[in-house]
Amino acid sequence: MLKLENISKTYNHRHEPLTVFDGISYEMLDGDFISIVGPSGSGKSTLLLMLGGMMSPSSGKVVLDGESIYDLPPNQRAEFRRQKIGFVFQTFNLVPYLSALENVQMPLFLAGLSEIEQEERATSVLERLGLGARLAHKPSELSVGQQQRVALARMLANDPTVVLADEPTGSLDPETSAQVMEFFEEINQEGRTVVIVTHDPNVAQRAHKTLRLGDCKVPYDEQTPVWASVV
Amino acid sequence: MRLRKLVWKELFERKNQVVTGLLAILLGVTVIVAMRNITFYSEKAVAQELDALGANILVLPKSVTLQNYYSADIQGQEFPEEYVSRLANSNIQGVDNLSPKLAIPVQLDNRKFTLTGILPKSEFQAKSLWQGAGIFSRPTGCGTVANIPGLTPKDPKETLVRKRVIDTLNENEILVGADVAGALGVKANDNLSLLGKSFSVAAVLPQTGTVDDSRIFAHLHTVQQLSGKGKVLSVIEIVGCCDQISKGLVSKINHLLPETKVVTIGQIVDTQIKTNRMMSSLSLVFIAIIVLVGGAGIANYMYANVRERRREIGTLIALGAGSGFVLRMFLYKAILLGLVGGISGYLLGTLLALLLGPRIAGIAVLPMPTLIIWALMISVIIAVSASYFPARSAARLDPCTTLQEI
Repeated sequence: MLKLENISKTYNHRHEPLTVFDGISYEMLDGDFISIVGPSGSGKSTLLLMLGGMMSPSSGKVVLDGESIYDLPPNQRAEFRRQKIGFVFQTFNLVPYLSALENVQMPLFLAGLSEIEQEERATSVLERLGLGARLAHKPSELSVGQQQRVALARMLANDPTVVLADEPTGSLDPETSAQVMEFFEEINQEGRTVVIVTHDPNVAQRAHKTLRLGDCKVPYDEQTPVWASVV
Repeated sequence: MRLRKLVWKELFERKNQVVTGLLAILLGVTVIVAMRNITFYSEKAVAQELDALGANILVLPKSVTLQNYYSADIQGQEFPEEYVSRLANSNIQGVDNLSPKLAIPVQLDNRKFTLTGILPKSEFQAKSLWQGAGIFSRPTGCGTVANIPGLTPKDPKETLVRKRVIDTLNENEILVGADVAGALGVKANDNLSLLGKSFSVAAVLPQTGTVDDSRIFAHLHTVQQLSGKGKVLSVIEIVGCCDQISKGLVSKINHLLPETKVVTIGQIVDTQIKTNRMMSSLSLVFIAIIVLVGGAGIANYMYANVRERRREIGTLIALGAGSGFVLRMFLYKAILLGLVGGISGYLLGTLLALLLGPRIAGIAVLPMPTLIIWALMISVIIAVSASYFPARSAARLDPCTTLQEI
């Protein structure tokens, strides 16, 4: 279970405090498939990064499986992220000088697996995503859709329980976008919690729940519109 | 995937940048190696040339002055020959050659000359007491005067002029100074009668411009016999290594032979010491400049590299990399750059020294394998020190900022 407990986030923007969230709480159950929507600047990506242990809130807690992520020291938080969370980015963020196989090996290498284990697991995940014939290709030698599939394979390599995706279909054509969403549905059916930030209503509709962030920075759950606090 | 593979792949991905970043450190190490190599051999050549000027330490009787010595007016004041064995059997370092002498006046064709008794080196080695101990059991030459490439060895008999010793001299042989030979009109293989004894002229010594030109040299024991003074000496001339002189060689000899006066020929020693110090200081100044320039080049390259890889670093952190891993990744790269810079700098520097040594310094230069250790140490230390702050800034990058920049 992934919980936001009374989260606030305030930035300093040109010496002026800018509040993005003010005391929000929300609970994501294991196996939830949630889309986060809202206009640009509404804090969608900020919320995703806070859920992923990458950006600490100004106050409040983010709790995953009973552990308050930001109460952990930085290195333990990195370890926690490595074990439980998988990230997918709009621009894929593949390491350009590594092959598809090596990109997928990266989280496994960071987790301390041997080279043989890394290769075996990375190959198996890439084959699952239909990239068995592209293992040695560098990102620049792959199509956009293939690059996103490598990024998905990399996210899946460490078998995360929570998948966080920031505009995962933002750079893709409708056909590839549909394939990627099918993949998210597939891994959600395996019991993983999937949270997707998107601008695309079609993508948002495929999630089981949608959180809408408005101008007032209040997340709104369209299916269960109950929120702990409102600005 | 391993850290080494990751770093190598990144280096190969940005070959041009690596070459640019490496250039400063590579050129720096090249200059250091070339300079040190040429300096080493030019110091040797300078030392050899200065050695040719003669002995730089004199052991004299207490009451004799340096002026007396130069005017060959030291007759009548002697000390026992046994002092030579004391010196030879001592463990004093830095005594390259020593030459015991006894000087007595002789008259030929109504002109006064000095007959100087010298002991050939072969006789030192023949004395069992001195074998296996003392200066002749140690390598001679202070590492400075023997086998310098490009410099032709002198004729064996002429080594008396350079090194104050000769290898062999029979009891009825003499060596004649240039002025004496000119005045008496003698040449090699002539016979000459001195103090009632007939001698064969083994060689006429070349002009030196010193007091030696007006001397006749014979075997020490022959001169001792002719003088009737027994086993005594007027002087022991020593060629001491200049670095050992600066470390107190003179006081050590003084301590060993308290009944004598030990003096250095200041000009020669000072010149040697000053030359060596100048070379060392110059090297240090160059090293300091090169360290700064090389360090700045590497630091600049690393900062640019960190800036360029912000997104990659943010992604790695999102995948679970800790700050320690990011720091290690950049420092490992710095070590690799240092090793590559050190090895290539050594090879280029050695090549440069071999090519430029004969042209610039007029000396032949040989490769010095020991310099590779220095080259690697300097290169790796510069690379790691200069990369530390860029690496730390990478390790402290806020992944959110880098990911939101996309």
